[in-house]
Amino acid sequence: MIYYLLRRVIYAIPILIGVNLLTFALFFVVNTPEDIARMHLGDRHVTQEQIDFWKSERGYDKPLLYNREQQGWGVLSDTIFYVKSVRLFAFDFGLSDNGRNITHDIQQRMWPSLAIAVPTLLIGLLVNISFALLMVFFRATYVDFSSVLLCVVLMSISALFYIIGGQYLIAKLLKLVPISGYDDSLSAIKFVVLPVIVGVVSGIGAGSRWYRTIFLEEVSKDYVTTAQAKGFGDFYILFHHILPNAMIPILTGVVVILPLLFLGSLIIESFFGIPGLGSYTIDAIANQDFAIVRTMVFLGSFLYIIGLLLTDISYTLVDPRVRLE
Amino acid sequence: MQMLHDTIKHSALIILLLLSACSGEVWNKPYQSSIDNTLYSSFTERPKHLDPARAYSSNEYAILGQIYEPVLQYHYLKRPYQLVPLTASAMPDLYYLDAQGNISDEAQASYIVYEVEIKPAILFQPHPAFATDAEGYLYHNISEQQAAEIKRLADFDDWATRELTASDYVYQIKRLADPVLHSPIASILGQYIVGFSEFSERIADLRRAEDAKAWLDLRNEEMAGLEVIDNYRYRITVSSDYPQFIYWLAMPFFSAMPWEAERFYNQPLLQERNIVLDWFPVGSGAFMMTENNPNLRMILERNPNFRDDYYPSEGDFGDQANNLLQDANKRLPFLDKVVYSLEKESIPYWNKFLQGYYDSSGISTDSFDQAIQIGQQGELDLTDYMSAKGIELSVSYQLSTIYIGFNMLDPTIGGNGERARKLRRAISIAIDIEEYISIFLNERGLPAQSPLPLGIFGSREGAAGVNPYVYDWVNGQAQRKSLAEAKQLLADAGYEDGIDQQTQKPLIIHFDSVGVGPDAKAWLNWLRKQFDNLGVQLVIRNTDYNRFQDKMRKGTAQLFRWGWNADYPDPENFLFLFYGPNAKVGNQGTNSANYQNPQFDEMFDRMRSMPNGDERQALLDEMIALLRYDAPWIWGFHPKSFALYHQWLGNVKPNQLAHNNLKYYSIDSELRVQKQQQWNQPLLGPIVIFILLLFVFIIPAIYVHKKRQQAPAL
Repeated sequence: MIYYLLRRVIYAIPILIGVNLLTFALFFVVNTPEDIARMHLGDRHVTQEQIDFWKSERGYDKPLLYNREQQGWGVLSDTIFYVKSVRLFAFDFGLSDNGRNITHDIQQRMWPSLAIAVPTLLIGLLVNISFALLMVFFRATYVDFSSVLLCVVLMSISALFYIIGGQYLIAKLLKLVPISGYDDSLSAIKFVVLPVIVGVVSGIGAGSRWYRTIFLEEVSKDYVTTAQAKGFGDFYILFHHILPNAMIPILTGVVVILPLLFLGSLIIESFFGIPGLGSYTIDAIANQDFAIVRTMVFLGSFLYIIGLLLTDISYTLVDPRVRLE
Repeated sequence: MQMLHDTIKHSALIILLLLSACSGEVWNKPYQSSIDNTLYSSFTERPKHLDPARAYSSNEYAILGQIYEPVLQYHYLKRPYQLVPLTASAMPDLYYLDAQGNISDEAQASYIVYEVEIKPAILFQPHPAFATDAEGYLYHNISEQQAAEIKRLADFDDWATRELTASDYVYQIKRLADPVLHSPIASILGQYIVGFSEFSERIADLRRAEDAKAWLDLRNEEMAGLEVIDNYRYRITVSSDYPQFIYWLAMPFFSAMPWEAERFYNQPLLQERNIVLDWFPVGSGAFMMTENNPNLRMILERNPNFRDDYYPSEGDFGDQANNLLQDANKRLPFLDKVVYSLEKESIPYWNKFLQGYYDSSGISTDSFDQAIQIGQQGELDLTDYMSAKGIELSVSYQLSTIYIGFNMLDPTIGGNGERARKLRRAISIAIDIEEYISIFLNERGLPAQSPLPLGIFGSREGAAGVNPYVYDWVNGQAQRKSLAEAKQLLADAGYEDGIDQQTQKPLIIHFDSVGVGPDAKAWLNWLRKQFDNLGVQLVIRNTDYNRFQDKMRKGTAQLFRWGWNADYPDPENFLFLFYGPNAKVGNQGTNSANYQNPQFDEMFDRMRSMPNGDERQALLDEMIALLRYDAPWIWGFHPKSFALYHQWLGNVKPNQLAHNNLKYYSIDSELRVQKQQQWNQPLLGPIVIFILLLFVFIIPAIYVHKKRQQAPAL
């Protein structure tokens, strides 16, 4: 398994370089270093000298990808792409174009993102699995039919509606929690409740239907018929036979997204005023801060690769038949 | 039986309690404290800079103005806007020098010398940068060991202060010339302050020779136009063709900056922790920043070292009646704390205001109908819902102009020829700004007759202020000329019915825009319709802001929309948008339309050095008449600000130029808590009903399932 993992890690390097190159190309197709300098220096009274000085301070005065004026390795290494990218692989994210320490910002902002994402994932799993089990338990009754219908309706509604509707109903009409905001330590709880509820409810439709499909597939298998023949009740079979067997696809689906949790949710963080990493990326794009954008894209792809690796490992843990070679 | 009865009774009581509103503390309060002398406000976007050498936008000034103090300020109540001393003991003394540097009269002067005297005994806020022991400054060379304990500015143990002196103001002006700081006004000051550009070049050379980021003690470098006379007096020498310079002395750029602050923050170990001067200001104002988490909130607290400063005893007409003088001569500030919370979206922000958790609010388009109603005479007033809450409305005109500009370099619509002039005038008439204000701004704007907003010297109201090329004065009000007149002008310009008479091709005008989203689409469709009415085709060239700016710099845009906010209340600050040497193309100036008219330039040169008075008014009338005749802009509108505030917030008077207004505000926090509790009692009833309904829904299913289980197999 170690060789397998090592091979996967080595494969990851060209993927990360490719992602970085793509981000770089996309970003600089839209924004030239001159545009970025103007964005940071403002519209009024900016002279070309100031722009040139700003670019040279931040290393944006070099060619983008290929430096004709250099010799040998310098043609590639004395470029914006190389200088800005190579440190990423050592996880040295440096300073943002605005002069702030990116690592420090990420360390600060990952916690609010996790405070929303982790409870949303765990409670969402619990609710979705319970609801799916309920539908399977009452399969072919009006509960099942109406629940599937409800799931389809829930899936069809935009995420934005859940946010605005949740804020209107729970925070404005019922006045149970603050509409938006965040606080440090335990005081954060009352601010987390509403985004978590919204996150969970908006995921019920798709999640429950998916789990229901998995459970129904298990229900039709022979071991369930055998258990029924032995005289076990539906409830017992559901929890002691079907649920453990259905956990394999559920677990592997969850593990892949675990590392990405701390990257946060773009919309929820923005609407609920959560100072997480989701809004960090959006702000960076709006402010044309390439240093932050490239860091967040790099981190996103790195974590996704880690997630896939963890998924592979989790296969071996939950299913003894699987071997990584 | 008795037990069952008791259970039912208790259950009913609990449900009744839940169904009714719970009494006592509210649940949805977004902050912890209850009765406190704190103003709660918000910000939608973190300020980019809090260094007074770099900050130049209104959201940055809203914070900086409370912390840093320039020598002058605008009177909080009086209108028209009036400069008064802030830390200065009096208005600056002015001397005139001839080209050789000898004292001269105003007419012969090449330079003006501003001599400023500041009040004694002003102290900076407490800050670790000032902390000393017998060996010197405690924190100017922080060791790794010391830094290990530091995560925030508040983690420093020793804080101290010192007296503000004239050299702190001079130090800050030198900072404006330091190229590393990229001050947005460095290029302007280089034209006017004597020795500024040379100083800037010298500093650039020094920085090139050493580590560019290292601290450079600017006290050791001299600038020819700056002189510290003693602890409380300093002089600035500027060229005499820019008397508006005095207004800059009221802007945060010209605040006092202690050198210790810059030295303290210039340490890599602090920069790694994002503890930098650009985020943690050090001033002498009424408030000091105690928390700056730009992702969450910023907190200002009363500066314990703030000097004796008092609420004004004189105001404008009507201020007495509006209770704006009830705190006259009382010591400032009235607030202990100001909390700015991050609110990116308008809906939660608006709802929190209605719940009483923000003390004041603007009005977004979404909430306009909920807040404002239009009376029978067309007057705007608060809705009954808002009035019942005791919310108050304050309306003011902004010192801004939003305009649609013609690129005067364009061969079709530009130039000084009569044909193009008539075409521009025809378009100016056809674009119905009144309709735009009604549809898109909910009447929150005033159609512009010239670039000068109301309140700026030179602007005129009534018949005398009307642009005769676009409006007629009918029955005591300005009435837009008819579309027929616009079409006639179009025909005179050689484009009858929108067809170029020379080429027989339709006239196509291009509008360069950066608009995205449904709002922008609606306004662009509206604009296209205005051109359709004239019989002219409008092609929208939508692009991102970078490309748009690029087009503007190169002069390839044809028609564009832009705006200008006043830096200071002088007509020069608007009319320089038409000054030839300020052209965008070639000079990268602020004259975006690239308007060139030697006659206008000559008048502008005379006007800007004149004092306000009849002579200047006459010259301004002449300049504005010339601009209206040439029509380089469709004059657009001046935005109107609507601000709402709760009854517990006192001394609120909109001031478009004063940045230090929070020290005048007062809060009745007991009333605030009382209203918050009244408006925010939680309701649990609907949740109980929902849970009960779920049970009711599931019970028959259990019955069906049991029945199916008990049914015999086939």
